[in-house]
Amino acid sequence: MASTLRVYNKHKTYHRFVSRAGFVKKLDNRIFRCIMCVMRSQDFGQISRLSESFSEDENLEVFRRICFIRYFELKVKEASDKKLIKAPIYLSVGQESVAAALSMVYQQPKIFGQHRCHDVYLAYGGDPVALRDELLHRPTGCAGGMGGSASIHSPKIGMVGHDGLLGTQVPIAVGYALGKDSKEKILSIMGDAALEEDYVMAATAFAAFKKAPILFICLDNNLSVLTEVKVRRHWTATDLAKAFKMSAVEITDDPWLIMRHTAELQQNLPALLNIHVVRHLWHNGTGCDGPPEWDRFQMVKEELARIGLKEKSENIEKKTEEEVALIWQPEFK
Amino acid sequence: MTSAETIREITRKHLKENNGVALGQCLTAVGWVGGTVPEMTVEEGIVELAMADVSGGGIAVGYALAGRRPIYIVRYQGFQWFNAAHIANYAAKSKELWGIPCPLFVRSIGMDGGMGPVASGSHHGMFERMPGVFIVAPMTSGEYRKAWDFFMEHDSPMYVSEHRTSFKIDYEMEDVVHPNADVTLYPISSTRLNAIAAAQELAKEGIAVNIVHLFWLKPFLADERILGPLESSRHGGLIIDGDFENGVAKCIGFDIMRQSSKKIDVLCLEERTAGFAPHLDNLPPTPERIMKKVKELMTRA
Ligand SMILES: Cc1ncc(C[n+]2csc(CCOP(=O)(O)OP(=O)(O)O)c2C)c(N)n1
Repeated sequence: MASTLRVYNKHKTYHRFVSRAGFVKKLDNRIFRCIMCVMRSQDFGQISRLSESFSEDENLEVFRRICFIRYFELKVKEASDKKLIKAPIYLSVGQESVAAALSMVYQQPKIFGQHRCHDVYLAYGGDPVALRDELLHRPTGCAGGMGGSASIHSPKIGMVGHDGLLGTQVPIAVGYALGKDSKEKILSIMGDAALEEDYVMAATAFAAFKKAPILFICLDNNLSVLTEVKVRRHWTATDLAKAFKMSAVEITDDPWLIMRHTAELQQNLPALLNIHVVRHLWHNGTGCDGPPEWDRFQMVKEELARIGLKEKSENIEKKTEEEVALIWQPEFK
Repeated sequence: MTSAETIREITRKHLKENNGVALGQCLTAVGWVGGTVPEMTVEEGIVELAMADVSGGGIAVGYALAGRRPIYIVRYQGFQWFNAAHIANYAAKSKELWGIPCPLFVRSIGMDGGMGPVASGSHHGMFERMPGVFIVAPMTSGEYRKAWDFFMEHDSPMYVSEHRTSFKIDYEMEDVVHPNADVTLYPISSTRLNAIAAAQELAKEGIAVNIVHLFWLKPFLADERILGPLESSRHGGLIIDGDFENGVAKCIGFDIMRQSSKKIDVLCLEERTAGFAPHLDNLPPTPERIMKKVKELMTRA
């Protein structure tokens, strides 16, 4: 075990240098099985043919939202690579399905996101031009240029700004939920690292105790910057929720699975959904450490093709890409 | 009416009439925070928080965003090292960052002596450096009402540096100004009582000191009330505080000094950690220390 751990600790280095030589996958998988809690996988919790239980409109709309986020984020990457953006950026490339699926089912919540939340903003109907302008440091940005990538907000869609400190959105969401007399639905989104913040745990416990109407989402990309979950803790989000007597489910980022569980969990709030996602690009900025563990965007396209929506989904993808390109076009002249 | 009664009545009215809330730990325990919390129920707006100080501050901030103008009660100012996180980083910034005000009234209670290294003293200096927060240190009913009314008329978070000794005070404190004083004292919070005692003793020795009470700490306005008595004082001024000197005292001292021709000194907690044994305690300047310091200032040109 000790030697395996040593191998593991060097894992990142192996990954970077050996993956290019092409034999790392085997090594990776072996380490994975040895140490990793076996849960994390592209099909964890998957229900086969679940997409068939949704209408064609729903299937295409969730895909449209995924596309919009993907192509918008790729434009942000381009703008950053071309040095139009001079501040740090936190991209959601690879994680699009979560916000897209949530926005289909968990409608009009008050939203408390964290630093990585262009996806949430866009999925819930935030003005993309205002986000573009925010990232380009303009007063017309959704936070007047003060927020940058990490502290965006939009009163119009009920999205509350984040101050950049990991997990602060959780206690604030809890206070907001308890302070509101109406039973306004709350969405509190955190990363797998934010979940570990002591104040996040304490606030989640208090929400469970007070039955605050909050859906907690843990966007679990397995990384705190580059440090993996398994070297930070030996418990899961659902373990924590269980200790607080709160319903919780752990799944992969299949959008249909997310829609199914969200529909169920929102009947009995507070609840927590830990979703395994893959962040394709660096924590901050546009760099890439190699091929992603999985690409949900591609998998969704394959599923849509399987259920006979190939052509329609391709049209949507093309149209969405063009729509996003138009938003960014003036900047790339 | 004592300060405690005033605080209790303001709170009661806020909960009853403004849909306000009062949050904190152990609020309903023995004594209801020195009689400053009305004996009301959870349904009426008393929120008993879990013993999680950092998240407690965040929860209070959430209540503020929900429009409840929470009164957030922190029983010892030393606990602010944990409670302050969300207040300083979120509530104070929200309006400037996103145009969304986040008004909460932070009742932070100081208590001197016998509490060792953690709970003793005032810690308003912690917030002094943060833009976006008002700081006041009321000792009387009138000042408390002023602070509350200001809070209700504005939409910024307010840090209220309270002191246990104020709770029983049932009178107002007027400035004392002599035509040609030796020194002007600017005491803050509980040191105001010690400054009054010191001034009385000094008078017996023929030393005249002005007392200009400092209640508004931030933003600090060095107006005529502050500057006038100093200009006519032969040996300058002295800020007296129950916090450490590298906080409010030096900031205010600088603000005054740059608008006046006179020098300002500070007298605060000693620059060391308090111990639990009485002889190792670290108390706000006593009347004796204040007298000694005044005499020292009188030796300078
Ligand atoms: C209080 C605090 N501690 C540490 C950080 C530094 N930090 C910023 S993002 C981050 C990792 C976040 O990981 P996660 O919550 O999983 O979200 P992700 O970035 O993976 O989307 C860290 C450690 C911070 N911003 N705030």
